This record gives sequence, C-alpha cells and structure tokens, in this order.
Amino acid sequence: MSGGLAVRGVEVALGGHRVLGGVDLDVRPGEAVALLGPSGVGKSTLLRVIAGLVTPDTGAVTWDGVDLLGVPAHRRGIGLVFQDAVLFPHRDVAGNVGYGLEAAGSTASERRDEVARLLGLVDLAGFQHRAVDTLSGGQAQRVALVRALAPRPRLLLLDEPLGALDRDLRERVGAEVRDLLRAQGIPALHVTHDEAEAELVADRVVTLVRGTAGARVA
Amino acid sequence: MQPPRARWFAVLPLAFVGIFFAWPLATVLHRGLSPEGLDVLRSAATWRVVRFTTVQALLSTGLTVGLGLPAAYALHRLDFRGRRLLLALLTVPFVLPTVVVGAAFRALLPEPWTGTLAVIVAAHVFFNLAVVIRVVGGFWSHLDDRWEQAARTLGAGPVTVWRTVTWPLLRPAVLAASALVFLFTFTSFGVVLVLGGPTTTTLEVEIYRRTVQLFDLPGAATLCLLQVVAVMAVLLVAGRLQRRLAVRQRLVRAAAATHPVRTVGDRVVLGLTLVESVIVALPILALVVESLRVGDRWGLDWWRALGVEGPTTRDVSAWDSVRVSVSYAVVAVLIAVVVGGAASCAIAYTRRGSDLLDAGLMAPLGTSAVTIGFGLLITFDVAPFDLRGRWIIVPIGQALVAIPLVVRTVLPVLRSLDPRLREVAATLGSSPSRTWRTVDVPVLSRALGVGAGFAAAVSLGEFGATSFLARADAPTLPVQIGRLLSRPGEVNSGQAAALSVVLVAITALVVLAAERWRHPSAGSL
Repeated sequence: MSGGLAVRGVEVALGGHRVLGGVDLDVRPGEAVALLGPSGVGKSTLLRVIAGLVTPDTGAVTWDGVDLLGVPAHRRGIGLVFQDAVLFPHRDVAGNVGYGLEAAGSTASERRDEVARLLGLVDLAGFQHRAVDTLSGGQAQRVALVRALAPRPRLLLLDEPLGALDRDLRERVGAEVRDLLRAQGIPALHVTHDEAEAELVADRVVTLVRGTAGARVA
Repeated sequence: MQPPRARWFAVLPLAFVGIFFAWPLATVLHRGLSPEGLDVLRSAATWRVVRFTTVQALLSTGLTVGLGLPAAYALHRLDFRGRRLLLALLTVPFVLPTVVVGAAFRALLPEPWTGTLAVIVAAHVFFNLAVVIRVVGGFWSHLDDRWEQAARTLGAGPVTVWRTVTWPLLRPAVLAASALVFLFTFTSFGVVLVLGGPTTTTLEVEIYRRTVQLFDLPGAATLCLLQVVAVMAVLLVAGRLQRRLAVRQRLVRAAAATHPVRTVGDRVVLGLTLVESVIVALPILALVVESLRVGDRWGLDWWRALGVEGPTTRDVSAWDSVRVSVSYAVVAVLIAVVVGGAASCAIAYTRRGSDLLDAGLMAPLGTSAVTIGFGLLITFDVAPFDLRGRWIIVPIGQALVAIPLVVRTVLPVLRSLDPRLREVAATLGSSPSRTWRTVDVPVLSRALGVGAGFAAAVSLGEFGATSFLARADAPTLPVQIGRLLSRPGEVNSGQAAALSVVLVAITALVVLAAERWRHPSAGSL
C-alpha cells in the first residue's frame, strides 16, 4: 500500500441529492495534486470529507493505510484553506495565524516567534496587529495560508484559494504557494476550476466530472 | 433626489410623546425630588425592596440565559423534525399577558409557593426564555459555521472551538438578550403583583402599593425616579459593553448553517430543549385545567360565572371586560399606528439628528409601564387637563407602551427601501408626493399591519399602566383577572383561570393574524 492519502469509493448525498458517486483519489508524500472540475461538481465537498467536516455515506479515507473516518477533524492533522479566507473576525492577524499553535498548547513566546517567521514567508512581516477587515483580498488569503501551515499539517487542502484574486495577483500568489509548500515538504490537494492555475501549482492534475450518479474522477 | 419632508412627519410624534410622556415624566421627577418624597430613601424597607428587585432580576437573567442558550442552539442550528413546532411553543409565553403568567403559576403550584423567590424566578424564566431564544438564536442562525470549521481543521477540539470562536462571536447577542431580560425582570409588575408576597416585592409593585393603597404620591414618585435612574444605568452599561465586544462580521443566510443531530453533545442539547418545552407547556395546561376544575369534579361553572355581574355595582361581569379591552385596543392601535408610522417616516427621512429623534421616541420603551401610568395619573389631574375619569387616558397610556414596538417594526423596512426606486419614479415624471404614495406607502402599509398586530397584543395584555388608569367600573381583561386573583376562594381563582384562557385566545388570534400579514403567502408558522 502506498503512503499518504488514499480516498476509495467515497459517496456523499447532501439534501437528498447524490453529490459524490464513488470517488477514488491519492495524494502521495511530497506531491502537489490539482483537483480540476466545473463549479458545483462537488470539489469542495470532497475536500470537506477529507478534512473531516463531512462524513461520507460509504467509502474509505486513509492515511498511510490507517483509517481517518473515525478521527474527528481537529485530530486529523489536515489543514484546509477556505475559498474566501474565513479569517476569525474577532482576532487580529497574529491571533489568526497563532490559532492552531494555541490549540496545540504552545507558549506565548514560541507563538510570537513562529507567527513572525510565518508572516515573513508571505511578505507580511509587521502585520501582526492589523485587524483582519483592513486586509486586501490577497493579503487575507496569504494570512489564511500561513494560518493553515502553522500547526504543521501532514496534508494541506486548498479550496480555490486564489479564486477571488485578480489575474496578476493569482499567478504571483499561486507560485508563492507552490514554492512554500515544496520548501516545507507538505503534500497538497489544490482545488481549482482554472486549468492554467492547475498547471502552475501542481505536479499532477486530477479531473472531477459530473456523472448521472454523482461526480467521479475522470 | 430629496426624500419626503421629514419635518412634517416629526410634528405629531414629538407633540404626542412630549405631552403624554415627557411632561408626565418631568412631573414625576419634580414630585420625586420633594422633601417628603425623599424620606422614602431613608427607610430600610425601601432598600430591602431594591435589594430583592435586583437579586431576583439577576437570578432570573442568569437562569434564563443558561437555559435559553442550549435551546437557541437546538432550535436554530440543528435540523430535526418538529423544530418549528418547538420554536413556536417556546415563544408563546412571551406574548402572554403578565397577569396570565402569574395566574398560570398560581394554577400550577400549590398555595405555599406563592410569595416565594423561587416561584417569581420560575415565572420570569418561563416568560423570558423566548427573548434569549429569539435574540441569540436569530443571530446564531446567521453565524457563518465555517469559522468553527476552520478552527477544527486547525486542531481545536469542541470545547476550544466554543471558547475561542463561537462564544466570542455570540457574546454581543447574549449580552443584548441578557440586558433585555434584566430590564424586563427588574421592572416586572404583573407577575410579581400576582405571585409576590410581603417580603418578595419589586420596586414596580411598591410604587403601585404606595399610590393605590397608601396614597403616598411623593414617596411613589421618588421610587419612580430611583427606577428610572437604575434602568438608564443598565442601558448605558449594556450599550457600552456591546460596542466594546461588537465584532464586525458578514452574516450568512439562515438555514445554511443548520446541520442534522450528529454528536452526543447535539443529542444532550436537544434532550434538554425537549424537557424545557414540556416545562413551558405545564403552566399553560394548568390554567386550562384550573378553569374546568370545580371542587373534585369537572365542569363549566366558572365559565358560566363569567357572564354574571358581581356583588357590587362596580363589579361588572367578566364578559363586559372583554368588550372594554377590545374597544380600548382598537383606539390604542389607531393611535400607535398613526403616531408610530409618522415617527418611523420622520426618523427614516431625516438626515441630521435622526439618532436623537430615534432615541427620544424610544424613551418610553426604557421607562417602566408603571412609571408611565403613574405619571399620566398625577399630571392630568387638574382642569382643563383632568383626564383621570376619561376613558381615553387608558388607550393613550397603552399606545405609549406600543409606539416604540411599532417604530422598531416599521423603521427597518422603510430604511431597507432602495433610494434609487424614488429616483426612478422621479425620472419617470412623478411628483415628490406621488412618489411617496406609490413607492413608500405600499411598503409602509404592510409593515404597519405587522406593527398594528404587536400594538394590539400589547394593548390587550398591558397591565402596568392600565392598572393606574382604568376606571373601577370599566376594567380591562388583565385588570379584571388581577382583581379576581386578589380575592380568596375557588370561585375567584376558577374565574380568573377561565378569563385568562379567553385573553390568551384573543391575544393568540391577534399575533397569528399579524404574522400572516408578514408572510402573506406562507401557511407555515
């Protein structure tokens, strides 16, 4: 059995409608995979299944051959970057980036250093005490990225994180994300409906297509 | 594009609130600061009342919030069969007249309970659960659940998610609900008058007792003053805290955030909500049972007795009070809709000073009904303004209590009207007055219909102001129920229960009619 993430025969029905109809997918250690497909096909639902936010009706999700479905979201060690950042509105930038470290029980000084290092990685040094509603779209998305990286996930899921950005910014941030993940050696599953973006950020592209009985991998 | 002239709309509400609220309030303050009034503050008994009022309000608020939060979650975040039914059931007590709540707890609990702190707190929790469920739940149902999901993917367990994400975002709504419940229970009148005893009495009841039983008007005025100061202090502190805790956030569509019952925690919360629903249904059932229970058997004796005139000429029959209540309600609704509608237009169309106007017209909401009734009583007592014996003073007092609710219903609707619609009308050759008639009025009239329903419910159940103003030979339903409950014996408690059922039925009809107005197409609750 190969290492990393394995999704086998996952089916999900939401509101009486079959969204995913038997999806198989692998993400091997160190690999960046792009998940391509039209909007509304169920890409986000698949990410939520992997993250532990949605329980599939049937199928298996494993990591290095060990079952993940019985593990709650907060113990899976799988990070998720949402489509429109979803930064905590009641915390400043440092409070957002440090959130996962806090949950893991780190000390305040460890957290301060780590937050500064992470913000430096995405050109946001000195942004610690900014309110999140003063950030631009690109800045918010980069904060969301390092927030997800902070607790050192074994896999990072990205749900169209660049979708809200304009074209120039999308290419720049896309390349940044790819280099950052490569440097950290974190495998990634990157959802997008843009082929150019998929080529840019990933080593391998997987396409999800609509089927009569829910979406499948082409 | 100029909005319609705000100035003309402001004249009527300002005059009405000025004459029937500000002037009486000024009279109360003036009398309250007299030397013989201030004597009240030197009495230890007064401070015992203040202490009891505060303690019961704090206890009631704490318990209501504690029990209301799980129910708010279950009814607004969980998706299960019968959710709407439970929500309706738990909301019913809030539209019940306070006297009826008192009567229901008298019917439910054996005699020795009357006059205890426990029964007063229980009745207040019963009455105010709906406030917490509606205010906090309404906010909760629009709270984006992806913040909680983000926290979970970052390694936060259920307790940490609650402590670091849900609670901080929910806190302003919880605070707003707590402040409301505290004010309602601090100024509670009907419930405490019926259920309280010599040592368990609130400031409101003490003001009433001093006026009606001791004829100590200066003392009552001083207590009103004390009450006004306390209420303003609470509003000020709550407003300040709310601004400090407020978090700017984008709210999502309701129902997007509900999920099926999944975890053990969900099941526990749902179970608790079911238990609360049963407990809330008990007093209402007890009321019906009491009205049908004659000695050891069942019978309609108390219902038949409602048509019989009392032993003295001043005791009109219970059915007569239905007629009195309904005709007062019609007049009160007319006043509240006209004055409240004009006030909403004035506030919506004013560019400068609209906050001030809003606050001024809302002031009656922050003032206890007893203070309003007492103020009217001692202000309009000399010619040519002697209105004491006139029936019109009763609907005026009730309208004062209802106007803020009408404004709160109509104003948001009027403000949400896209100003470009008026611009479109103008470019199509419509004059300003025609624009107002064709663009604003259709929206306004529907909102006023909903407001009229609330005003009618308030007028029918109003007890604080009415008990000062109603003439002895023309009691409203709540006054008649209060009178029956103050007399001993099964004849009186049975009739009080029957009459309470009548009042609940009329109020329910009015509220349901108003709700239908809000959703003309929907047949659901």
